[in-house]
Amino acid sequence: MRVSKAETTMNYVVLALFALFALLPILTILTTAVSPKIGADPGIHLGNFVEAWEIGGFGESLLNSLIVAAIVVSCALVLSVLAGYAFGTMTFRGSTVLFYLFLLGLMIPAEATVIPLFFDLRSLGLTDTYLAIALPQIAQSVAFGTFWLRAQFRSMPESLLEAAALDGAGPVKALTRVLVPASIPALTTLTVLVFMWTWNEFLIALVMTPSGQRRTAPLGLSNFQGQYTSEIALLSAGAVIVALPMVILFLFLQRHFIRGMLEGANKS
Amino acid sequence: MTAIAGARAAREGSDASGPDGPGDAGGPGGRGRRTTRAGGPPSAVVRGRWTPYLFILPAFLVYGAFSLYPLIRAAQFSLYEWSGFGASTFVGLDNYIDLASDPDFRAAIVNALVLIFFYAVLPLIVGLVLAAILRRGQVRGMGFFRTVIFLPQVIALVVVAVAWRHIYAPSGPLNQALRSLGLDSLARGWLGDPGAALPAVGFIGTWLQMGLVMLLLLAGMSRIPDEQFEAARLDGAGPFQEFFAITLPSVRGEIVVALVLTIIAALKTFDLVYMTTSGGPGNATTVPSYEVYDRAFQLREVGSGSAVAIVLTALVFAINLVVTRIGERES
Repeated sequence: MRVSKAETTMNYVVLALFALFALLPILTILTTAVSPKIGADPGIHLGNFVEAWEIGGFGESLLNSLIVAAIVVSCALVLSVLAGYAFGTMTFRGSTVLFYLFLLGLMIPAEATVIPLFFDLRSLGLTDTYLAIALPQIAQSVAFGTFWLRAQFRSMPESLLEAAALDGAGPVKALTRVLVPASIPALTTLTVLVFMWTWNEFLIALVMTPSGQRRTAPLGLSNFQGQYTSEIALLSAGAVIVALPMVILFLFLQRHFIRGMLEGANKS
Repeated sequence: MTAIAGARAAREGSDASGPDGPGDAGGPGGRGRRTTRAGGPPSAVVRGRWTPYLFILPAFLVYGAFSLYPLIRAAQFSLYEWSGFGASTFVGLDNYIDLASDPDFRAAIVNALVLIFFYAVLPLIVGLVLAAILRRGQVRGMGFFRTVIFLPQVIALVVVAVAWRHIYAPSGPLNQALRSLGLDSLARGWLGDPGAALPAVGFIGTWLQMGLVMLLLLAGMSRIPDEQFEAARLDGAGPFQEFFAITLPSVRGEIVVALVLTIIAALKTFDLVYMTTSGGPGNATTVPSYEVYDRAFQLREVGSGSAVAIVLTALVFAINLVVTRIGERES
């Protein structure tokens, strides 16, 4: 398709302006993170990261985030694969109703469940544990994962399962040997999305860790902000530390990530 | 849940009516099987009648116990007056009745409506322009622009809040820029100024959401065959005629999805409000999700917080329902 020179120029101007708008806050926080602290010599201060890391206890909170994310991603993935497999390839009574019940989960906001979850888990003595942060997020991710993998498994040709049946495969073998290997891209996308949601989750992590133990990275940053509001260089360094793992992951997997989102939007 | 989940839910709702719905007819992958095999085994590799339920059970247990059941409990909590410790008093619908005359709750609803403009309407306009440009103009570096403009979506809102608090600070970059342009009278502590705080928080939402909206619309536009644009151009259509005649009508579905996602995001923008303004100054920037947290965990009014939570959930469900209806009418 041909587009006039003048229009092309306009297009680049508009795109560049919005790219700049998207990047400026990110660049601002990056440059602030290496700027001198109050009263320090001018120049680039990479030491801010070290100092923020130590004062903010980011080693511990990043590790907590990693543990919670590992629990949520692995559990959500396994449970969603099993449920998505049943919904996507099997006929059974009540499948529509059950599936709609799962769909409902996509709409339940964490704000609605977090109050009873806190008080009920507190009476079970489970607050301030990894499980208290992970289980509500597994539940949310399972609703989405089931939905996502049902669509994925439904799109596979019926002949695949029939061939597996001829080879004498049972339901578990057909799933693990045939359907799962053929669904690696969809599973990778799901993994990335669930990991991101878990890594960035704030409300559940905030409410479920009242004592400050098992604090995840966003909580660590929130706490750091409470103590170091005036020391903006250190605070920015902490912000970069918390954001960086997700940004790197996104830049590496962005093709996959964006393709997954486009497919997701197109599939239905 | 997040944006993408909602997008898919909304589209799913607008598309088919379940496994046996009309949406399956003629789809790829031999969907006719579902009616032909009624009464037979659940699938080619499954013999047992109960096998499907066994596969669903683990997921359902976790989902039921940590999502469905707490929702019911929240509804129950909302009928009581309770401080979080000791005895509770059954008060019926009093918590809901009190909300009607509660200035903080009213402010939260009004603020949420204002935020919808910044979170949904503005990003929709920006997203339409950007997606149309990317689709129509043969732009080099399309991947670059797409990635950069989408990037805010992957950054934790806590980090976003730290960055924008700094930008909005009394001596921060925004005010420095204004002063260097000689606009000293505009400079202010943006998040502390009762008149400016809400738009300031809202503008962060615009920054956040434009990339997501652009991506969704771009997905819709990429389905328009090139020939349609070619034909329009042969007929002498300019970029604007082309946009209103071809591009806009063909992404109506995506527009609806983008709106529902961003409206819901505006309603439950907890992290940003908690980290930037804590609802202040006064109640200038409070939102329903912040009221849920504030009432239940800071003011120790668990019943009242639960009532707000239930109202918020009802709002989210209602928005989804309306969108699903619109989607059905279109298809």
